[in-house]
Amino acid sequence: MNPTNASLPGSMQSPRSQSSQPFLSVSVTDPVKLGTGVQAYISYRVITQTNFPDYQGPEKIVIRRYSDFVWLHDRLFEKYKGIFIPPLPEKSAVEKFRFSAEFIEMRRQALDIFINRIASHHELQQSEDLRTFLQADEEAMERFRVQESGIFKKKPSDLMQIFKDVQSKVSDVVLGKEKPVEESTPEYEKMKHYIFELENHLAEAQKHAYRLVKRHRELGQSLSDFGKAVKLLGDCEGNALGKAFSELGAKSETLSIKLQKEAYLILMNFEEPLKDYVRAVQSIKATIAERANAFRRQCELAETMKLKEINLDKLTLTRSDKVAEAQYEYNELKVESEQAAKTFETIVRLMNEEMVRFQEQKTKDMGIAFHEFAKGQARLANGIADAWRSLIPKLEACSSS
Amino acid sequence: MMNHEVQQDYQDAQLHVPHDDMETLVLDEPSNGQSISGHLHSQSVSTLDNPLNLSPSSLTPNQSPKSPFNSFLDPPSYAEAIFTSFDSSSNGHDNPDLSSRSNPSNSEYLYISVSDPLKEQELTNSLVPGGNTFYTYLITTRTNFPEYGDPGSEFSVRRRFRDVVTLSDRLSESYRGYFIPIRPDKNTVESQVMQKQEFVEQRRLALEKYLRKLAAHPVIRTSEELRVFLEVQGKLPLAKSTDVASRMLDGAVKLPRQLFGGEAVGSVDVSEVAQPAKGGRDLLRIFKELKQSVAIDWAGTKPLVVEEDKEFLEKKDKLAEFEQQLSGVSQQAESLVKSQQDMGETMGELGLAFVKLTKFETEEAIFESQRVRAADLRNVATAAVKSSRLYRELNTQTIKHLDKLHEYLGTMLAIDNAFSDRSSSLLTVQTLSSELVSLNSRIGKLEAASSKIFGGDKSRLQKIEELKESIRVTENAKSCADREYERIKENNRSELERIEQERHNDFMSMLRGFVYNQAGYAENMAAVWEKLAEETSAYSRDMS
Repeated sequence: MNPTNASLPGSMQSPRSQSSQPFLSVSVTDPVKLGTGVQAYISYRVITQTNFPDYQGPEKIVIRRYSDFVWLHDRLFEKYKGIFIPPLPEKSAVEKFRFSAEFIEMRRQALDIFINRIASHHELQQSEDLRTFLQADEEAMERFRVQESGIFKKKPSDLMQIFKDVQSKVSDVVLGKEKPVEESTPEYEKMKHYIFELENHLAEAQKHAYRLVKRHRELGQSLSDFGKAVKLLGDCEGNALGKAFSELGAKSETLSIKLQKEAYLILMNFEEPLKDYVRAVQSIKATIAERANAFRRQCELAETMKLKEINLDKLTLTRSDKVAEAQYEYNELKVESEQAAKTFETIVRLMNEEMVRFQEQKTKDMGIAFHEFAKGQARLANGIADAWRSLIPKLEACSSS
Repeated sequence: MMNHEVQQDYQDAQLHVPHDDMETLVLDEPSNGQSISGHLHSQSVSTLDNPLNLSPSSLTPNQSPKSPFNSFLDPPSYAEAIFTSFDSSSNGHDNPDLSSRSNPSNSEYLYISVSDPLKEQELTNSLVPGGNTFYTYLITTRTNFPEYGDPGSEFSVRRRFRDVVTLSDRLSESYRGYFIPIRPDKNTVESQVMQKQEFVEQRRLALEKYLRKLAAHPVIRTSEELRVFLEVQGKLPLAKSTDVASRMLDGAVKLPRQLFGGEAVGSVDVSEVAQPAKGGRDLLRIFKELKQSVAIDWAGTKPLVVEEDKEFLEKKDKLAEFEQQLSGVSQQAESLVKSQQDMGETMGELGLAFVKLTKFETEEAIFESQRVRAADLRNVATAAVKSSRLYRELNTQTIKHLDKLHEYLGTMLAIDNAFSDRSSSLLTVQTLSSELVSLNSRIGKLEAASSKIFGGDKSRLQKIEELKESIRVTENAKSCADREYERIKENNRSELERIEQERHNDFMSMLRGFVYNQAGYAENMAAVWEKLAEETSAYSRDMS
């Protein structure tokens, strides 16, 4: 996608203004609460900076809401089978939590990451739906979103599960088989097993990370309460000992604030990435389901073709007048079957590529998360140590009096 | 910045788990002989104090339940944590603070330890088989007090909890006005809820603490009651009932000299005056004193004798406020300790989850990026587990220091008791005073009435004589009560002085200990996380 013009129109400067390099960078910002009561929702400013030729560049700003992101996700999932579509943050069920500052920020961050992953994926970034999402005006977007909402209200993976069950039952009856057809090569089995196990391990890690956030908050609260009580004790003492108590109490309260801050940072920079990792794995599971469907379809079509072929031969032999029809059907079926085989092969190929990308991406993402976590904890610990150390000379002074 | 020396002072050798111990945490290495990525290898070489990497003996995949680090990661229950902190001071020697504080001449010592709880059967003649069981404890003493036979030697007796109650009751009577350490509770909720084992152990510790506090008190440590409790074999020869008369008749125990204030007093009546009114024998006295206190409190009658010492009243108020605030701090201290413990636990669980992830990624690795991630995961796991251990150690120390708060709440209780000794003895004095007043006024009335009759009124005159005899007795009793009141006041005063200085020292050392530990452990934790930050520095956002 090399742009023809070397320089960008207008005064817009982008970070990568080497205009020969194509780029697409998006940011999700400024959450604003709109509407009232039950209908209330959050809207976001989505700012696109790009030199892609199909886009209204260099910068375009649109307003989007969460369900618009869901629309985009579902469309991509439908169109790009085999690719691990970046995961979305969850819909929050709990009403009162929905508009808390923390939740809104977490969601904004997650949506920003989501859209940027799409924008930096070499195939997904070319999607028409993405362009619509980033460029269409708000009324058009709403039209798109609403018209698709019927069948796609269900999560794709749920849908696929239903299809799977229905299909397998039907084809089992038709083909006289007991078990559903499943692809089973050792490598693929290993990959599936890995993904399912990985989700469990990650979910556990994320659970404890979340608890750790809570613990920081609780410790902060305890220190604050302790500090207050100690200060009261210091007040009623009055003398040097009282002063020492008061200083200790004040320090405790200071540290309480540090702990609350760190709790927030752990939530954003450590727990969220872990949760994001879990979501990514779930997205892979959805792709696995897609692959299974494609495989089954391919097998079914192949089987049906065989039957049709036998039938055709029979008809040909008996010089039936239905031969032409049968031949026509057979040819149609052949095309479909080849298509299904190709679809399946594409999925397999894409998945393999995606796995490599996924592993690399995750190592990087987690590496950053771990680094931030470590820095935060170190900063907190040093802050605590400094605070207490600064108290020591004062204590020594009090005790010698 | 960390003053290592100072830190050592505040970490008991028994409690401080040396850093090397943490390193026995073992993580599995891939057993398939695949070449380890350069990244992983260089990490294992560079961290010298980290033998986490290679342990050929532990390559079984499902090691988690038996793996050594699990024992490290089992967090202690809160109760357990308390016991650990006591352990440091229960190895046969008094807390050096206590013994050095209470004897200026350090040559006199009284070491007590409580051990070896045994279940015994009560020998009853009841028809119910089995009878009552109870626990006895071995009380071992080593002392060079002259009152104890064979100074310098070690001797033991067996006592049950009931004996301790008796000792405590006797001391309360003999040492009125002193801040007598409070004995452990009789029936606690714990005794219902806990396992027998745990409860017995908790009681053993509590008894030891109690006896040591008694031994640390400069006056009580010399008491006859304590000596008898510690030394006399067999049945404890202290009376259970508070019947002074029968005790004297028994002759088994020498009454404390203080009671008599040097003056020879023959009548049992008078010596009883020195005790607060209780028991069936003293109904009349109780009634009178109640009437007196009601007169003061309700009718607003100004008592004839009042608490005059303003200084004392001020101190009393201050102490009451102090007690209230102290109680608040003690409560918050408990919740602080709980939060610290929870933090350590959760950090440990996080570490464990990461260990599992490390193992998983290592075993399933197909891509290089996975191996790199496995190494990162391991580093995070290590840091989390280390941090968890540090939190637990810190908590042990914190409990040890903040426990002083709980101790002082006990002391406040002792002070309350001493103050009520004072007010009850004052009440006695007041009661006797108004007795005298009313006796005198009755005499006056009778004399006036009889003087009107020529030649005297035989019955009235007889009555007057009786009343005069009553007055004589009552005056004796009152002077005894006065002396007792003064004695108790003096005890209060000297104890307050003693406590004042102790309190200052105790709390300062508590604060210092608390702060030093918080600082020291925070620094250790910072080091752990800085290491992880360095290990993951390649991912720093500034560089990507």
